[in-house]
Amino acid sequence: MHELALSQGIIDVIRDQAAAQGFTTVKTVRLVIGTLSHVEPQAIAFGFDAVSRGTIAEGAVLDIERPPGRAFCLSCEKPVPLPERSAPCPDCGGHQLMVTGGEEMRVKELEVE
Amino acid sequence: MCTVCGCAEGETKIEAGHAHGHHHHGHDHHHDHDHSHEHVGPDGKVYRHTHGDDHGHDHGHDHGTIDLGRGPAGTEVPGMSQTRLVAIEQDILAKNDSFAAVNRQLFAAKGVFVLNLMSSPGSGKTTLLTRTLTDLKGRFPMAVIEGDQQTSFDADRIRATGTPAIQVNTGKGCHLDAQMVTQAVGRLPVEAGSVLFIENVGNLVCPAGFDLGEAHKVVVLSVTEGEDKPLKYPAMFAGADLLLVNKVDLLPHLTFDVARMIAYARQLKPNLRVIEVSATAGQGLDDWYGWIEEGLARAVAGRGA
Repeated sequence: MHELALSQGIIDVIRDQAAAQGFTTVKTVRLVIGTLSHVEPQAIAFGFDAVSRGTIAEGAVLDIERPPGRAFCLSCEKPVPLPERSAPCPDCGGHQLMVTGGEEMRVKELEVE
Repeated sequence: MCTVCGCAEGETKIEAGHAHGHHHHGHDHHHDHDHSHEHVGPDGKVYRHTHGDDHGHDHGHDHGTIDLGRGPAGTEVPGMSQTRLVAIEQDILAKNDSFAAVNRQLFAAKGVFVLNLMSSPGSGKTTLLTRTLTDLKGRFPMAVIEGDQQTSFDADRIRATGTPAIQVNTGKGCHLDAQMVTQAVGRLPVEAGSVLFIENVGNLVCPAGFDLGEAHKVVVLSVTEGEDKPLKYPAMFAGADLLLVNKVDLLPHLTFDVARMIAYARQLKPNLRVIEVSATAGQGLDDWYGWIEEGLARAVAGRGA
């Protein structure tokens, strides 16, 4: 998926927040990118490096949390871990799974000056 | 440059005036990263540091250690730093999603049934679409937004059927985003009570993540492709509402196992609706048209609701 567009999305969020909260330098950007999201953290880092140039986030450290995939198994009627999208329920082996976590893609917080 | 798909900064062009539309890639990418490097921690976290020349401090970590603790408490001048934390908790796709919400409201108000058609290049998406437009002509109004990196060939093919169409050239972009659709809809006569087909850029990866404001995502997979594609491109199939298996008239000449492919797709989306069609021979098209008519009836019934 298109990490450069997402990196630009991060910059957009930062720019809006900078105007609203009055900071001029971003030292650290904390992201939450679920392991089931369509995003490669390495590619986000690469894209962020490109799009942050000339912005207040240039040179910022990217810190990416990777929450694990989780699902609710409709057969077992309980939450189960989901290491990847096509994985079966670890208990019943079925695929009646509703993804409940691991798809996050958000800016959690910024460390700013 | 998008390291996944190779797309770089480019100009989005939307037909009729060729105004320069929004595109995310506004930046040159310089390759002089002398002072930046990345670390991947044992937990999979990625840390990227760019050491500017004005930063004299030493990052004394090793690759097995995570220096996350270098927050406000770890600043070099205790008590003197102005560093502070700002909680954001905002979705990275917030901007796209806000445009998608605007589109969805607009479509709901006019009772327009919108389908986002996605596939690999060469799945027969445009052929299926032109056949659909030809066969359904006169039953209800239709319109098409065509997404491609370059050329207006596809919109030309669509317009040859008599259906209004607008081409969005994404330049080097690999997907349509919601704002492109907002702009395109502003220039395309979309009647109330019509079906709007959005043919996304041929790509099973990038378009999956971008909500355009559609009612349904429809994935077209042809039997001349690999039957394991659902597992190779899981996000696309996990997000789809309908899978059209195209070119089934060619099955006698192939070893493609339709049942296996569908089973793979349903590992990702248990209730995925599947219709097998041939855009050229006509198999299954009535089921596809019936599905469209049901959706349009729902959109019209819910109009303004």
